[in-house]
Amino acid sequence: MTHDAPACERDTAQPDTAPDMTAPDMATQGLSLAYGSVAVIEDLDLQLPAGQVTAIVGPNGCGKSTLLAGLSRLLKPRGGTVLLNGTDIRHQPTRQLAKRLALLPQQPHAPEALTVAELVRFGRHPHQSWLRQWSPEDKRIVDEALDMTGLTPLAQRPVDALSGGQRQRAWIAMAIAQQTATLLLDEPTSALDLGHQVEVYELIQSLAASGKTIVMVIHDLVSACRYADHLIAMHQGHVIAEGLPGETVTPELVRRLYGVECSLITDPVTGAPLLTNIRRTRDALDGSAT
Amino acid sequence: MRVLTHCLSFGKPRSLIGLWLGLSGLLAAIALLSLLYGAGDVGPARAWQALQNLGDAASYDSEAHFVIAELRAPRLWIGLVVGAALGIAGALLQAVTRNPLAEPGLLGVSAGAAFAVTLAILWGADTATLRVSVAQLGALGGCLCVLAAARLQGIGSDPIRLILAGAILSGLLHSLSSLILLYDQHTADEIRFWVVGSLAGRQLDDLVPLFPTLGVAALLTILLARPLAALALGEHVAIGLGHHPRVVRLLVIVVVALLVGGATAAAGPIAFVGLVVPFAARALAGPDIRRTLWLCLPLGPIVVVSADIVSRLVVPPSELPLGVLTALIGAPVLIGVVRGRRLPTL
Repeated sequence: MTHDAPACERDTAQPDTAPDMTAPDMATQGLSLAYGSVAVIEDLDLQLPAGQVTAIVGPNGCGKSTLLAGLSRLLKPRGGTVLLNGTDIRHQPTRQLAKRLALLPQQPHAPEALTVAELVRFGRHPHQSWLRQWSPEDKRIVDEALDMTGLTPLAQRPVDALSGGQRQRAWIAMAIAQQTATLLLDEPTSALDLGHQVEVYELIQSLAASGKTIVMVIHDLVSACRYADHLIAMHQGHVIAEGLPGETVTPELVRRLYGVECSLITDPVTGAPLLTNIRRTRDALDGSAT
Repeated sequence: MRVLTHCLSFGKPRSLIGLWLGLSGLLAAIALLSLLYGAGDVGPARAWQALQNLGDAASYDSEAHFVIAELRAPRLWIGLVVGAALGIAGALLQAVTRNPLAEPGLLGVSAGAAFAVTLAILWGADTATLRVSVAQLGALGGCLCVLAAARLQGIGSDPIRLILAGAILSGLLHSLSSLILLYDQHTADEIRFWVVGSLAGRQLDDLVPLFPTLGVAALLTILLARPLAALALGEHVAIGLGHHPRVVRLLVIVVVALLVGGATAAAGPIAFVGLVVPFAARALAGPDIRRTLWLCLPLGPIVVVSADIVSRLVVPPSELPLGVLTALIGAPVLIGVVRGRRLPTL
C-alpha cells in the first residue's frame, strides 16, 4: 500500500497521455548557456511552477533574457537540459515543441499592413500541415483568441496602426492561438505606458488563471511583485532568490540586485510587496562623491 | 486546390482572386499584342488576318504564318516563363533577405549565371541542357558569394550595403566575362547578344530543358511560402511557430538559383524584372509573401512581354535588347524605392 500512494500521485501529476491538456512542468537541470565563448549561465537548476505566472527579474545583463532564450530553444545549451513535461526539449522536433511552448520575443515587429487576424492565424502554423491547411477548427480557435484578448472589433485593422497595448495583445493572441500549455514572454511590457502595461499584465494573469504556465522576463520589480505568483531573481547568471514575491523580495535582495536602498511595505489593497523610498546606497553615493 | 483556397483566404481589402483574374486578362491581351506587332514587315492587321485564317488553306499567308509561329510565338512563350521565373525569384530573394532591394540582377545572381555560361561556352559547351544547369550552378555561386559577403560585418541588416556587395560582385563578374570575350572571338560571337539579355532568336526548344528544374523550383516555392511568411515576423517568432529558418533560407536560395539560372540560360541576364515585379505585387496585394508570389505569376510575364513588344517597336526595323529596356524601366523604380520615405521592411 505504501508503494501505491506515490505512484498514484505521479500518475495524477503527469498524465502523459494528454500532455497538452495539463499544465506542464518546466525545469532546467544543470543548464549552462553561453554566447560564443562568454558563459552567461552555468549549471542552473530551476523549477517553473505549472499554471502560474513566473517573473524573472534582475539587473541589465544578469542573464535573464539569455535564460529565456535557453528555455525557448533559441539558444542551444552548452550543457545541461531544459525539461518540458520531463522531456528534454532538444529531443523534440521544433514543430512538436511549438504545440507545447509558445514564445513571444521582445518587441516583435509585424510587417506593414499585416492585419490582426492575419497575425493571429500564424499561431495555427504548428498545427497545420500541407495535408491539413486551414480548417473550421483553426478559425474557431483564432476567433477565440481574438475574443479572449478583446481584439475581435480590431481584427481587420493593420497591426502597426494599433496602440502599443493593443499591438502586444495581438501578439499574445497569436501565442494563444498556438494552444500551448506554456507561454514564454520576453519583456512583454517594455516600451508601453502604464495603462498599456496594466492591459497586458491583466491579460497575462487571466491566461494563467485559465491554466497556462507563464514565464516572463520583466524589468520592473514592482510589477513583478504585483502580477507574478512566483519570482526568480537573477544576478550575474545565478538565481539568488526565488519564491512567492511577498516572501522573496527584501531590502537586502533589492540592494544586491540593483544596488539601491529601499523600504518595503505591504500594499494595503493587493497585499503585494511595495517598494518605497528607493534611493542609491551609501556606497554608491560615496563612490560618486569621490 | 486547398493551397489555392488557403492563400486566397488571405485576400481581404482587395480580393486576390479578382486582382489575379484581372491581371491574367491583361496578360492575355498583351500576349496577343506580342503576336501582332513586330519590327519586321508583318504588321498588326496582316498578323490578325493570319491568326484568324489559321485553319483556312485558301487564304493562307505563309510569310505571316511563319513570322508568328516561328519567331513571335517562341518569344512569347519564353517571355512568359522568364517573366514568371524572375518575378518569383525576386519576391523570394527579397523575402529571405528582408530587403526590398534584393534583386537577382543587382545581387550578382544573374551575373553569376552569365559568367558560368560564358565559361562553359569558352570550353566548348553547346547543348541547351548543359547551358541551363551551368547557369543555375553559376547563379547559386553568385547567390552564396554575395550572401556570404553580407554575413560579414552584418551587412545583411543594412539593405543598401547588401546591394553594394551585390553590385561589386556583378561588376567583377561582368569584367571577367568581358575579359573572356576579348580573349576568345568564337565565344564572343556566340554570346554577344545573349549577354545583354534578349528574347529575340530564341527557339521553343530552348525552353524544354528548363522545365524539370523549374518544376522543382515551383514545387519548393509552394512548400516554402508558409514558412517564409512566418519568417517575415522575425526569426525568433518563426522558430517559436515551429519553423526552421536556416533550412528555409537555404532552400529559398536554391530555388532562386534554379529560377534565375533557368531564366538567364533562356534569355540572358535581364535586370530589374525581379525588382519591379514584386514591388508592384506588394503595392497591389500587401506584404504577405503568399499573395505577392501569386501576383508575380501574371505580373512577371506582363512586364517582360510588354518590354519585349516595346523593344521591337522603338528602333524599327532593328530591335533594342530586352535587358537594355528593362534596365531603362527598372532603374527609375530602384531610385524611387531608395528615395522613398523609408525603406519598407519586409
